Amino acid sequence: MNTNPAVPRMQPPVRRLRQRWLSDATADKVFGTLSAGAGYLVLGLLSATALSMLWGGRQAFSTFGWHFFTSTDWDPVTKRFGALVPIYGTVVSSTIAIVIAVPISLGIAIFLTEIAPRWLRTPIGTAIELLAAIPSIIYGMWGLFVFVPFMSTHIQPWLIDHLGPVPLIGGMFQGAPIGIGMLTAGIILAVMIVPFISAVMRDVFAAVPQGLKDGCIAMGSTTWEVIRHVVVPYTRSAVIGAVFLGLGRALGETMAVTFVLGNAHDLKLSLLEPGNSIAAALANEFTEADSDIYLSALIALGFVLFLVTLVTLTIAKLLLLTVDQRAARAG
Amino acid sequence: MSTLYLRRRLANRAMVVLSTLATAFGLFWLGWIMLTTLTNGFAAISAKLFTQMTPPPGSDGGLLNAFVGSIVMVGIAVVVGTPIGVLAGTFLAEFHRRSRLGSTIRFINDILLSAPSIVVGLFVYELVVRPIGHFSGWAGGLALSIILLPVVVRTTDEMLQLLPSNLREAAFSLGIPKWKVVTAVLYRAASAGLLTGVLLAVARISGETAPLLFTALNNQYWSSSPNGPLANVPVVIFQFAMSPYASWHSLAWAGALMVTLFVLGLAIVSRAILNRGKVSQ
Repeated sequence: MNTNPAVPRMQPPVRRLRQRWLSDATADKVFGTLSAGAGYLVLGLLSATALSMLWGGRQAFSTFGWHFFTSTDWDPVTKRFGALVPIYGTVVSSTIAIVIAVPISLGIAIFLTEIAPRWLRTPIGTAIELLAAIPSIIYGMWGLFVFVPFMSTHIQPWLIDHLGPVPLIGGMFQGAPIGIGMLTAGIILAVMIVPFISAVMRDVFAAVPQGLKDGCIAMGSTTWEVIRHVVVPYTRSAVIGAVFLGLGRALGETMAVTFVLGNAHDLKLSLLEPGNSIAAALANEFTEADSDIYLSALIALGFVLFLVTLVTLTIAKLLLLTVDQRAARAG
Repeated sequence: MSTLYLRRRLANRAMVVLSTLATAFGLFWLGWIMLTTLTNGFAAISAKLFTQMTPPPGSDGGLLNAFVGSIVMVGIAVVVGTPIGVLAGTFLAEFHRRSRLGSTIRFINDILLSAPSIVVGLFVYELVVRPIGHFSGWAGGLALSIILLPVVVRTTDEMLQLLPSNLREAAFSLGIPKWKVVTAVLYRAASAGLLTGVLLAVARISGETAPLLFTALNNQYWSSSPNGPLANVPVVIFQFAMSPYASWHSLAWAGALMVTLFVLGLAIVSRAILNRGKVSQ
């Protein structure tokens, strides 16, 4: 449509088109290769991480063998290291966290999906999601400067007086009320993982088809009965998945617990005594490790932590997948 | 009959009260933490914070070198991690949307997303710090980029999958090659989502402490070069908070406040971008 005689008619750019077509094919190949490379990089990252730590910890594994997992030794001077105390601390503090966090998260998720008035759901949901974004070091600092003094003046004396003498569980609540210890760490971890677990649970509950709930309500059910007989059975495996996701976070959490665990390498039954966890031992001692075997033992600890969280997260993922698949089938 | 009815009503009421209490309980702790951070942080903020170096024990100072170090390392992480993450997300959404390879990579990526960050620090220590022989900002940036990567991969994958297939078909029907369809049409259409992914990832890495302990460590002096150990806000907060000095404590609180405000700000901004995209669709 060249109506302006001042502009000469353009030659059809035959040669350029040919060249473009060739270079486009090459460009497509390059683009495909690049993105495949990035994809395979992600695929390999997990095993590369595991292998690098296995490699770094080989000296500790070969020196101590299985004894590494059963020994409570941790002596940089005689160079004897065992992982039992940090592993025990990680397990105990995470267990405390899960025991506290799961009922609260369940309550929050139920509140956000079934009880709260609609205008309140978004702001509270957003607040909880935002709080999940706060870096863990902030929780750690708050724990050290605010919560530890609070525990030592208000909570721990009461526990020592009232639960300390009780048979069976009394041993877990004995010692001096110094504030730091497993219980404090567990509570801080619980506060930290509540936003994670409740956000996942809320999404899971929200995925229950409205028709199922309506049917139950039409039969004359109360809200509680809808939750008990429809929402929870429908989402059971995903709810457990959310708990495992929270557990995975608690197990590997470093900064929130390092401040308040006390970095003591003794195996103590009492939850009020200073303890240690894998992550806290790494954060505290890594830069102080003065011998190869010390460093190797710490990296071996990291490998153990990685394996444990890997298993936990895999279980979580598989359980959460079931609801996705059901929602996909229903939707 | 009426006792059954009463019992059902009571059970329902009890559940309502309990879950409302659980929510109040959860929000109470989180409110307590925010309040502590805000009051202690604002009390410690002064102009020196942004103009002076981290001080030796007992004297005044700021966090200038730590802020600069953090910015350098987060910058390295974004520059390294974003292209790889976007490409990997493209690989999942545009090349392997339903294949077994695609779902395997998605699975691994989700695990990486919640893997403990301290482990990433150990990985980079073994990979970079030990062979080179000293801590460096590059290693810190690399560790952060590994934490940033899965966030970007996931959002890119999700955002590209959300795009209507008409868009691809229309572009392909014009004879446009795939690489151009992806970069010029799909990336542009999903740009708000991709940006959100990067912002969320930056929010996630800017408070990370554990991986930096093994990679960048810390530096008491002025340095913006990533070739050596680099000061950074999270590790400074960690070391200062663990110390017995009051002046270091207040600097740690100031740092904590800045990190918290930055992270929350980013989270809010990325949410706003995402919501605006939703409305305009």
